[in-house]
Amino acid sequence: MLKVLKAGFFTSVQDVGRFHHRNKGVPVSGSMDQLSVHKANTLLENDVNCAVLEVTMTGPTLIFEEETYIVLAGAIISVTLNNEPVHNYKVYKVHVGDILSYGKLEKGFRTYLALKGGFKTKEILGSRSFYLPITNNNRIEEGDTIPYKAVNSYEPKISEIKVDSFLDEVVLEVYKAPEYELLTDRQLEILFSKEFTISKENNRMAYQLVEQIEKHNISILTSATLPGTVQLTPSGKLIILMKDGQTTGGYPRILQLSDKSISILAQKREGNTVSFKFI
Amino acid sequence: MIHPPISLKPYGNHALLVEWPNEVSEIILDSILDFEDFLRKDCLEEAEWETISAYNSLLLVNPSVEIDYENFESKIYEWYEQSKEAPKRPQLLWKLPVSYDVSFGIDLEEVSKNIGKSVEEVIELHTSNIYTVYGIGFLPGFMYLGGVHKDLETPRKATPRLKVAKGAVGIAGKQTGIYPQESPGGWNIIGNCPVPLFDKAKDDPCFVNVGDRIQFQQVSKGEHELHKIEAEVGIYKPEKVVLDA
Repeated sequence: MLKVLKAGFFTSVQDVGRFHHRNKGVPVSGSMDQLSVHKANTLLENDVNCAVLEVTMTGPTLIFEEETYIVLAGAIISVTLNNEPVHNYKVYKVHVGDILSYGKLEKGFRTYLALKGGFKTKEILGSRSFYLPITNNNRIEEGDTIPYKAVNSYEPKISEIKVDSFLDEVVLEVYKAPEYELLTDRQLEILFSKEFTISKENNRMAYQLVEQIEKHNISILTSATLPGTVQLTPSGKLIILMKDGQTTGGYPRILQLSDKSISILAQKREGNTVSFKFI
Repeated sequence: MIHPPISLKPYGNHALLVEWPNEVSEIILDSILDFEDFLRKDCLEEAEWETISAYNSLLLVNPSVEIDYENFESKIYEWYEQSKEAPKRPQLLWKLPVSYDVSFGIDLEEVSKNIGKSVEEVIELHTSNIYTVYGIGFLPGFMYLGGVHKDLETPRKATPRLKVAKGAVGIAGKQTGIYPQESPGGWNIIGNCPVPLFDKAKDDPCFVNVGDRIQFQQVSKGEHELHKIEAEVGIYKPEKVVLDA
């Protein structure tokens, strides 16, 4: 078990997501920054679907109750293992009683803790990803214990990788979404020439952008949406749906982020800026 | 059998949207669902494909493939032609119990005043029509039901409630529906359905599918309580009627 000594701001268990229930209104969920998680799981020679901890902004303090091997990934945050600094994308062995403690966030917004074999919280509808009310909680709390299997000896094939960080990237690569063709030239010009600021309304469901484009009166019937869909509200506000976003919506869908751009956006926080570019 | 024209829209690199004419109609919905059924059975082979239908659209999504849009587009049109000959799916009507007791139907009085009918007439109007499930979304197991009697149409509440009870039956404009879990909501609450619309312990957590029909049956508060207990212990079976396609 991994015991939570301090919970931090918002930490949850996530895997690749919950598929095949979207037609019943169940969001996909899963790690917001899949790209970083994938690297961590690869380094541990884990299955791609192994569950990790997603730490948002302020991290928790955790104590390991079984031996295992861990990799940190994603945002750059000062983390210590028994008061010794540890770094992203490097395999560390942890012993019973070791304490992992998250400090100051330096770059990015979400950091991940992967361990050998993944976390083993209960799988519900094919996924361990936290999402209320599918799972009983949407985040970990102080005193929680998160199950995993002890691994006593393991020889990692590679113990560390250098990663081309995308934490500084600000350009979101996009594809067309169904209502793209309904945009006016004026709307398109602003959309692809301006920078947009992440509003304080940003979470696992959606990121809202501060700057607006021209308002419109396009009306569509409720229809399916995807993580990474850029919606345009009638007042001209842009909303980018993320992993816990609703499966259907009534706002025009104008752009669709690439998988990599969803990861880039997942590392942004209030006040950061982004721009759009066709892939 | 009518086969409305379809159009295709690109939607990122893992999905494609098939659209029918922009109107709320059972003919269009049935055409979508027949096509969805055909695609799932005969065309989309990889297990990773998901299909999500609502009102006038059908999304085909597969996060593990990179869609070659041009190629896929022509295949979809071809499949749509072929699907016209395919056997039609049977249609299901679910009869769901609703208690319109005032303890549940907290907006019954207000709705009754708004539309100028007695509370009994409101209940009669709500239970006499058969509704169509045009989509499932917003919350897990939340059905968008169309087919509200025009005399029952009433605007959503000016201020949404922060908490609407699980099972609450609401009406707003041309729509009616059941809140599958406690949540904020702006619809007028006229009753409560004791049957859980979403059960995460089941492989198929929501027994209703888009395209199914729903009819509400008035039950007393006591029967509501009984059905709720039956549902909790897993012995409640919602009444199902197979309609002619």
